[in-house]
Amino acid sequence: MSHRLVNWFRFSSPVNFYPVAGKLIPWFWILAALFGAAGLWLGFFVAPTDAQQGEGYRIIFLHVPASWMSMFIYIVMAAWAGVGMAFNTRLSSMVALALAPTGALMAFLSLWTGALWGKPMWGAWWVWDARLTSELILLFLYLGFMALHAAIDEPRRADRAAAVLALVGVVNVPIIYFSVKWWNTLHQGSSVSLTKAPSMAQTMLWGMLLMALCFWMYSIAAALTRLRAVILEREAHTDWVLHLPEAAA
Amino acid sequence: MQWNSLSDFLHMGGYGLYVWGSFGVSAAALVVEQLLLKRRTQAIVRSLRRRARAEKMDRELA
Repeated sequence: MSHRLVNWFRFSSPVNFYPVAGKLIPWFWILAALFGAAGLWLGFFVAPTDAQQGEGYRIIFLHVPASWMSMFIYIVMAAWAGVGMAFNTRLSSMVALALAPTGALMAFLSLWTGALWGKPMWGAWWVWDARLTSELILLFLYLGFMALHAAIDEPRRADRAAAVLALVGVVNVPIIYFSVKWWNTLHQGSSVSLTKAPSMAQTMLWGMLLMALCFWMYSIAAALTRLRAVILEREAHTDWVLHLPEAAA
Repeated sequence: MQWNSLSDFLHMGGYGLYVWGSFGVSAAALVVEQLLLKRRTQAIVRSLRRRARAEKMDRELA
């Protein structure tokens, strides 16, 4: 066997993943800053004024990335929680726990920017329609996941209970995604779709995609930072944590 | 580029409140998340250090 083969299972243990995460975080920050600077520049200085919505449409450069990340992070979180439950791997459950607050933040930002976009365009901060309501439920699923986990003292039991909640909640994600097709809604249809050409100017599209990459990289950096804290908290009783340079007397 | 001046840019064609309200709160939310993360990390590292000091003292007394 080639000596260059990497044993990826090595990184499924907190001992080995903790230092790797520490080395990766700065790189995700750099990528987030680069994508963010490029996305904001395109979004504010290159993308033209919208024919219907004037300058108000520029909220899209936050609203769509935040909404995408809120759904994507939920799926990743539920998947890791499920892996942790099925294979009894501690680190997987910790990853799910580390992702939840950032996912909740993205869901909140999606609702917040949506309200500030809805007011001038629809005349209402909020309407109880399918898209908005299912996104609100997503925020509550995140909060419920964190609250349930925090309510159970024994960490591994908390992991399992929260994993069940996360997995059941996955059904909400396709409901959010397809809500604009399945129901009559005030919310506009997808701006980007896999099956047809995007319904917006090229520069708007690129600004939005760059901002989405920025949010993606930011979310990874934030989740890895939180994961390192979670690892220290939950492995505090182990020798390797006590021998870390940052834990030295 | 569609802005003639800084005030034109801040005005956002009449949508200033909504556009800057979105970007401002989003930026603030990310900063707050990072501050909370920093506090959480410092709290656990401090408690680990405290324990390491206590164990060192135990060894020295023994």
